[in-house]
Amino acid sequence: MNALGERMNALKIGLGLMVAAALLPFATSNPTHLNLAILVLMAAQLGVAWNLLGGYAGQVSLGHAAFYGIGAYASTMLLLNFGLNPWLGMLLGGVIAAGLSFLFGWSCFRLKGHYFAMATIAVAELVQIVFTNWDYAGSAVGLTIPMAQQGLGAMVFAEKAPYYWLALGLLVLTLAATLAVERSHVGYYLRAIKDEPDAARSIGINIARYKQIALSLSAFFTAMGGSLYAQKELYIDPASVLGTGLSIKMALVSILGGVGTLFGPVVGAVVLTVIEELTRVVFGGSGRGTDTIIYAALIVVIAVFYPNGLLGWWRERRAHSQAQRTSRAQEAAR
Amino acid sequence: MTAEILLQTLASGVLIGLIYALVAIGLTMIFGVMDIVNFAHGEFLMLGMYSAFWLFALYALDPLLTLPLTVLMLFAFGMLLYKLVIKRIVAAPMLSQIFTTFGLMILMRGVAQFLWKPDFRSIENSWVAGSVKLAGIQLGKPQLVAGLGAVVITAVIHAFLTRTRLGAALEATAADKEAAQLMGIDSHRMFSLAWGIGAACAGAAGVLLATFFPIFPEVGANFILIAFVVVNLGGFGSVTGAFWAGILVGVIEVMGGLLLGPQYKTAIVLVLFLAVLMFRPQGLMGKA
Repeated sequence: MNALGERMNALKIGLGLMVAAALLPFATSNPTHLNLAILVLMAAQLGVAWNLLGGYAGQVSLGHAAFYGIGAYASTMLLLNFGLNPWLGMLLGGVIAAGLSFLFGWSCFRLKGHYFAMATIAVAELVQIVFTNWDYAGSAVGLTIPMAQQGLGAMVFAEKAPYYWLALGLLVLTLAATLAVERSHVGYYLRAIKDEPDAARSIGINIARYKQIALSLSAFFTAMGGSLYAQKELYIDPASVLGTGLSIKMALVSILGGVGTLFGPVVGAVVLTVIEELTRVVFGGSGRGTDTIIYAALIVVIAVFYPNGLLGWWRERRAHSQAQRTSRAQEAAR
Repeated sequence: MTAEILLQTLASGVLIGLIYALVAIGLTMIFGVMDIVNFAHGEFLMLGMYSAFWLFALYALDPLLTLPLTVLMLFAFGMLLYKLVIKRIVAAPMLSQIFTTFGLMILMRGVAQFLWKPDFRSIENSWVAGSVKLAGIQLGKPQLVAGLGAVVITAVIHAFLTRTRLGAALEATAADKEAAQLMGIDSHRMFSLAWGIGAACAGAAGVLLATFFPIFPEVGANFILIAFVVVNLGGFGSVTGAFWAGILVGVIEVMGGLLLGPQYKTAIVLVLFLAVLMFRPQGLMGKA
């Protein structure tokens, strides 16, 4: 009962935050601030999408940039070559990525733990090599989306605010999908697969099928994030949408906030993006990579000292203080 | 003519493969002993390269001369890294382990860039500069010496593991940590030894490479994926396996580059990697 109440509270807080977030562009007209907010939302959306597979199903992918890139390239190539509307392109990019994820799953899911993680790196690297050498996809030069057509239909805007709402909308959609998974039997199966794979198999759960469901959903939403990036930046190349750093960031956002929790990646995205941008602004000018050093040191500290993420750490602390309070109350009663 | 090119390619594949083997040996040893994949392994190689470079640039000491010094430094650094960081994540969830070594990778690259700038550097006119003609094929002396050096170091490691008490203790820990602990072998000491040896091997590979490969902070990225492939092919934890697999990967990479174009040489290695992972996860030479 208490846990349910807590969940309801968390949802209420989440909804309140979303409403507040939706109103943010009216509060600030500073494009730098708005851009930071967009970066946070996009990172959060990717983290939530990654979390579907990495958190709920416990399959640590370090190759999700492949789906991101496929989404970005799919919508952009469909637009440039066939004039397909980016909204449709985004949806189609997601579907293509989800389709290709079957290949990804087929090749990687028979592997466990470290082996799975390394295989996903290899797959993403292969995808990057393909796009770098594929002339039709602009090879290493990349693709540019023309600014000629603007507006909601073309998903190209001169201002930042529309992109902000797009990113927020996509984040809410991804969160809703995650919540739906969490609440359905799929969510329970995934947790069973993650925690007790042998027990899950012995009661008849088709492990491969449920892992693939998590992967397809994760790939779908990651690719949509990629399409949004392409529409926002109006330029993509293999390094910007297929780089290994992207895969790492998606996972990192979840880990920092707390894997396998609904809002963990959102918390992680806020903290990580703000730190990243701050160090870049403060130290980035030196050109000597001081920002990278701080970023990396942070990764190590989090991985070593807060393996459950910030959300997990906070919950532990609260549980600890609650236990203390209870024991003190008992002491007093005696 | 064609036979000559083929032979030439084969030879350079074997030579670079020996370096791959040397990098992979440390990686496979660390994995074998403690089930941790060290993503920062390429950075040990990078540090070895810079050590050779600075000793050469500042004191005009040839890389071959400073090899023992660099190996010692990297050995100490590997053990220090274990004591300071890795020790804390031995029992941590896999996710923490992956991100700890991943973070270390980015950290070391960042520090190298901070200290030594992102420029490409090289060692000119070392003792081994030039090339020799052997049996009708032209081979670079740096590559030849590097290959030979790699063979010698691998042989030393192999002898250490099979002939000495300490090596046997290391192997015992890899085989069964708990049982080894019951026999009085301190696991943490073995883990730290594995990190020392692993770093030293990669550092030695770096020194040997430094005479013919550009030196820059992110140079490790060129080797880490290949080292993973080698470790997989050879079977996780197997030093002998890594040696032969290193040569195999070197040859496949160079041959693939010759046949399909150099831009696809990494792709071929990666496809091989995935195929092995999928169909023979214990490696080509590993036990089932």
